[in-house]
Amino acid sequence: MKRLLACVPAVLIALSSAHAGAQQKATVPNVPEIPYSSVPNFLKMPPGETLGEAIGVATNSKGHVFVYIRSATTRLWEFDKNGTFVKEIGKGYYGFEFAHSVRVDPQDNIWTVDEGTNTVTKFSPDGKFLMVIGHRPPAVDGVVATVFGANAPAQKYIFCRPTDVGWDPQGNIFVSDGYCNNRVVKYDRDGKFLAQSGSEKAGSEPGQYNLPHGLQVDGHGHVWVADRTNNRYQELDNDLKPVKQYTNLGTGWTVCVSAGPHQYVFASNSNPNGNGPGTWASTGEIYKMELDGTMIGKFGHASKEFGGFQVVHMMDCRNPNEIIVGEIESWRVQKLMLQQPTKTGSSR
Amino acid sequence: MKRLITCLSIALVAAGFGVSAQNPAPDIAFDSNSNPLTLPDDVYLGEVGGVAANSKGDIFVYTRTGHPTISIGTSRAFAHGGSRLFQFDRNGKFVRELGKDSYGMLVAQQVRIDAQDNVWVVDQMANSVNKLDAAGRPVLLLGRKPESINVPANAGRGGAEGGGAGRGRGGLPGAGTQSDVFNRPTDVAWDAAGNIFVADGMGNSRVAKFDSKGVFIKSWGSRGSEPGMFANVTGIAVDAQGNVYAADAGNKRIQVFDNNGTFKTAITNVGAPAALCLTSGPNQVLYVSNSNPPEDFDSGGEIYKVKLDGTVIGKFGAAGKRPKQFGTVNAIDCRAENTLLVGELANMRVQKLTLASPR
Repeated sequence: MKRLLACVPAVLIALSSAHAGAQQKATVPNVPEIPYSSVPNFLKMPPGETLGEAIGVATNSKGHVFVYIRSATTRLWEFDKNGTFVKEIGKGYYGFEFAHSVRVDPQDNIWTVDEGTNTVTKFSPDGKFLMVIGHRPPAVDGVVATVFGANAPAQKYIFCRPTDVGWDPQGNIFVSDGYCNNRVVKYDRDGKFLAQSGSEKAGSEPGQYNLPHGLQVDGHGHVWVADRTNNRYQELDNDLKPVKQYTNLGTGWTVCVSAGPHQYVFASNSNPNGNGPGTWASTGEIYKMELDGTMIGKFGHASKEFGGFQVVHMMDCRNPNEIIVGEIESWRVQKLMLQQPTKTGSSR
Repeated sequence: MKRLITCLSIALVAAGFGVSAQNPAPDIAFDSNSNPLTLPDDVYLGEVGGVAANSKGDIFVYTRTGHPTISIGTSRAFAHGGSRLFQFDRNGKFVRELGKDSYGMLVAQQVRIDAQDNVWVVDQMANSVNKLDAAGRPVLLLGRKPESINVPANAGRGGAEGGGAGRGRGGLPGAGTQSDVFNRPTDVAWDAAGNIFVADGMGNSRVAKFDSKGVFIKSWGSRGSEPGMFANVTGIAVDAQGNVYAADAGNKRIQVFDNNGTFKTAITNVGAPAALCLTSGPNQVLYVSNSNPPEDFDSGGEIYKVKLDGTVIGKFGAAGKRPKQFGTVNAIDCRAENTLLVGELANMRVQKLTLASPR
């Protein structure tokens, strides 16, 4: 709650500045439409509980669904593959204050990224604490005013509102960091700093970032970064050298790479918070691509109604035909069953 | 501004911590159980401020966890929660929580067990040292939690009500007042007569002495680098003769005083001493950590074993997140000389270390 005071104004500012006219319409032409249906009442809440902002969503190898939410406190819930509530993880954990991402690694460990405590935490498959990277400033330092102006210099082991986490096949850890740094950091599997791309300063050159908001690593060890305020996705090699950028997919909110030998990339041009006039007509869709960038199709649209999206914040795409999306607004998690792409659709 | 203040404080801390000692010391072989405590599913350790064992081997952990909360008042803001005190048995099995929903558990700093198995809880933000009896009941409280906190943190003029004692009225910086008003206390120890010594601390730069009933006797020290002055007092221990060992991380030394605060000597070859533990028995030795700050896992972090005359017996460990590595050690329990409990802030864990027997 102490951090709540510090965070609420920061978010309001982030919302008002990052979204004012910044959202871009995707320019990629002739993208086939992927029909889909949303599974009704997918998540079954425990009695008396409701979702808050469904900021993070991820599945493990058993199909269990982990939802990292902003409610009265930030909480992490586990559901089975049918959406039945299993348990809460991390109740009262010091590194939970303002959810941003949950991901599950190939060994089914559960990782959370909390931008209110500047921590990235690894939990075992059954929810026991294993490791934390980053550091929450102690409360004894007091409540301090919201930061304006230039970011402080980035430090190896200190995040500034980190956003996402991923791993390469060797188990190295990659963190996108974040709202007040603008970098991607690589650690070894034990959390030792190896390299970074970008810095605290925002920039628009390849290898620079302006709000790196989502991150995933593919089977080749390449790092995919949703570079949100730059309205692009960047692909980096395993040493964080820029390989390629995608500037025609709208605003890079969040990225997902599917599991298995043939991987696909999903990229969300989420509609901006605030739902300003005209934004629904030009944003809200999710793209599906091959790893080489070949476009396969797109699906979804901005809407407050079930089946549409209200600011998709994270996607799970372990099974590339069953996408689970967590939405900021509408406090909702949906499971989407994708069908085969139809003929080329109109570009929205 | 928040970043600025944070960074300034980090810079200040960095200036004191994480500096490698200059003299090479022999490595002490050791092993670690990095997961010695069994927690209920709904309990998570956060940053471990303190860990200590009592005479039965029960383990007490004072941890920064949960959600430090500032609630909104009419004209002031009020701090609540953020730390919890847990008890485990000698096998690491969870026994109970002490002081649940306590008024004064804000920023866990240290827990120590005295010879009668009383549990002493030091809270850096509540500015208090709270003695709990073996049943967990508060029986002696030194200091008082500030009624409210300043928003922003540096508002106002540092009055006792807002941010702790700060500068004593008309006194030297860091000297505090001749009272039990603390400013970010860090540790507590006792002599054989039961006198109480408080390391005070991160805000003040003094050691305060009380009798066993909590009557203030005297305090000594102020901010500085001369003998008898402290950058900060990060830990404290008292030997069987009543000598007082005060860790002064910012000045990279342990200062040794007699029982009345007269400076005797300084131990200077152990990095920037943070956590301190003095073994019991006839041949007492000191363990002291050169704790790495949370922003640096690439240097420092080792723990030294030192004779009371300052001779380094050996060292072990280094900064890191693996077992047998350390992330900002804040507490060492050395009830058994070669079986240590080590509490880490940045790694949010307790390790149980087994050291090779001395030659």
